[in-house]
Amino acid sequence: MALTVNGAPVPVPTDPRVSLLDLLRERLDLTGTKKGCNQGACGACTVLLDGERVLSCLTLAVQADGRSVTTIEGLVEGAMHPLQQAFIEHDGFQCGYCTPGQICSAVAMVEEWRRGSPSNVTQDLADSAIELTHDELRERMSGNLCRCGAHNGIVDAIVATYVTEGAR
Amino acid sequence: MIEFTYARASDPSHALLLGAAQDARFLGGGTNLVDLMRETVERPRELVDVTGLASGIEETASGGLRIGAATRNTALAEHPLVRSRYPVLSRAVLAGASAQIRNMATVAGNLLQRTRCSYFYDEDGSRCNKRAPGQGCDALEGLNRGHAILGASDACVAVHPSDMCVALAVLDATVEIEGAEGTRQIAFADFHRLPGDTPHAETLLQPGELITAIELPPLSNEARSAYRKVRDRSSYAFALVSVAAVLRLEGGTIAEARVALGGVAHKPWRAAKAEAILIGQAPSPELFRRAADAELTQARPLRDNGFKIELAARTITAVLSDIAGDAA
Repeated sequence: MALTVNGAPVPVPTDPRVSLLDLLRERLDLTGTKKGCNQGACGACTVLLDGERVLSCLTLAVQADGRSVTTIEGLVEGAMHPLQQAFIEHDGFQCGYCTPGQICSAVAMVEEWRRGSPSNVTQDLADSAIELTHDELRERMSGNLCRCGAHNGIVDAIVATYVTEGAR
Repeated sequence: MIEFTYARASDPSHALLLGAAQDARFLGGGTNLVDLMRETVERPRELVDVTGLASGIEETASGGLRIGAATRNTALAEHPLVRSRYPVLSRAVLAGASAQIRNMATVAGNLLQRTRCSYFYDEDGSRCNKRAPGQGCDALEGLNRGHAILGASDACVAVHPSDMCVALAVLDATVEIEGAEGTRQIAFADFHRLPGDTPHAETLLQPGELITAIELPPLSNEARSAYRKVRDRSSYAFALVSVAAVLRLEGGTIAEARVALGGVAHKPWRAAKAEAILIGQAPSPELFRRAADAELTQARPLRDNGFKIELAARTITAVLSDIAGDAA
């Protein structure tokens, strides 16, 4: 019984009550992933599970058995991830507590958008090339709250990384 | 959380075997169940993970769709056949929760999420007939702005929070269930129960029974549908009122009309009285408002939620007007 965290195998905890979030923070010392509400309302604990964004607070670690988890620490490949750099350049945070969740969420959000997944504000469900407008972006990121109110900077950072410059 | 064991089911019969244990519960995405377990409102002793079972979406012989119980909400909403043939279902799913939660949540789990309110969660400080049958309901005289206006009882005034289920109600879906006695089907409209004096019993599912699929009958090419959700903020919030509707016009009159409401009752609310007013009539905003009012004459407001009656009437009228377009 093992899962993969940022490329490395990790044994599944013997107590099934351990959440994926607590496994990451308390046992693996990967404290980049944050515990905000611990009840699925804030998005601070967002990680990628087999590439899809999920809430690690509502995921039991044992549910991730055999699957691959990527946290904010795993997005760094030598240098900072381009989106991390863009958050700095565009004032995408103040206190920084929601930031790892915002960044993990945005990385997966872009993949959803690229494969043509619609959102609640998509005008035409038949549209195969949805434009990532301001409204689309905000709707798709609505699962990540920022109490400092840095949303404008967050949107700017995502737009600069994936829309304007088309990087990665 | 109290202690429990965890097992993954390899197929439906394995799931039924594991699920037959006392205090066993099937686990889908866990977005509601794990949360309630952490609050010790839910106390299963064994979790049977069924997310490895049927998750495909396939066409049926009759031209409908069969949706595997473990299909994730995201996969359902973005499936080409759902988007093209049942847009009201895609729309409803996309209106619910957040992208993270939709990636986790399964279709069957969405049906089986608890009908709930904040008093249900407040184990230490509030009375709740759902949590402790016979204890009383603190929502009745408490903060009840988000609570039910239709079909409630003195025992419970909570609402079913699903968006997806409002669309399934209007699409006349069928719930496919496997149990020790074999397979059975329940019409979606009958699957959830009104609270009556047993609000803890929320569905017709028996202990140990497993939902295996949702089936949608074909929807006429001429039918048009829409979903509208009204809430306190524009995303990631439960509905105050939501409306799903299907209309089919024939020669200037309404040949088929189906309307369902979310956020107003213990279950997704099929508006049969409104539908009866609409059938055979020429579409117009006045007719739509009359149909809405006919449905809502049975509404009973609580202290804080009287606004929902007018809100529901206007939302029904607006959604039907949108669908009818130039014909109204």
